[in-house]
Amino acid sequence: MSNATANAKRMSMIVSKGTLDWAYPPFILATTAAAMNLEVTMFFTFYGLTLLKKKLDLHVSPLGNPAMEMPMLGMRVGMPNIVAAIPGVDAAASAMMKNLIKKKGIASIEELRSMAIEADVKMIACQMTMDLFEYSKEDLIEGPVLGGAATYIETASKSDINLFI
Amino acid sequence: MTHQILDVKGLNCPLPILRARKALRDIAVGATLEVLATDPGAVKDFDAFCRTTGHELVESKLDGKVYSFVIRRAA
Repeated sequence: MSNATANAKRMSMIVSKGTLDWAYPPFILATTAAAMNLEVTMFFTFYGLTLLKKKLDLHVSPLGNPAMEMPMLGMRVGMPNIVAAIPGVDAAASAMMKNLIKKKGIASIEELRSMAIEADVKMIACQMTMDLFEYSKEDLIEGPVLGGAATYIETASKSDINLFI
Repeated sequence: MTHQILDVKGLNCPLPILRARKALRDIAVGATLEVLATDPGAVKDFDAFCRTTGHELVESKLDGKVYSFVIRRAA
């Protein structure tokens, strides 16, 4: 690809996942792109819709997540599925990941989300997903508008960068 | 010339860039901002940031463990 980044003006993203680990890439990319003067639109669908909830309670599970290794006891340790399936392990892993994130001076998702809104990143909540999982506008933060696939396609057709996360 | 200083030591991507962008909005056009960071990723990030936004990267250096980026606000 050419180095035409200086001409890239618009970016769109489909955000389809709602776990703690998958919440980071869209918000980091959106805020950074906005900081670099791109016009950014995020379309939240399926599990991505949970990232627009007023109160975020994001989890990450080591279950079925074979690439997940946490720095522990001086090495990087993965967890066998049979252990990860035990009740409570998911909550512990999520708490551990959030602690690690804070310790390393990385922004929380709440902070990144506020910064995205402050930077005028446009957020669209998938109408179909809201109907499917029976979410109402009151469950979500102020700001996002409702839209469907055609809304996204129109935005994407005018954007220089389109991502599916 | 005195610069405005922005201390983002200990903060990781994307905070150095986001905070710098905010701080640049608060200084006059032509004024300079010095960003102090410890994130090694910030070196390339500030290069890219300045190239894309048109702000001038006056200086980018490493002083022991601390990176220092001096940026002049373009517009």
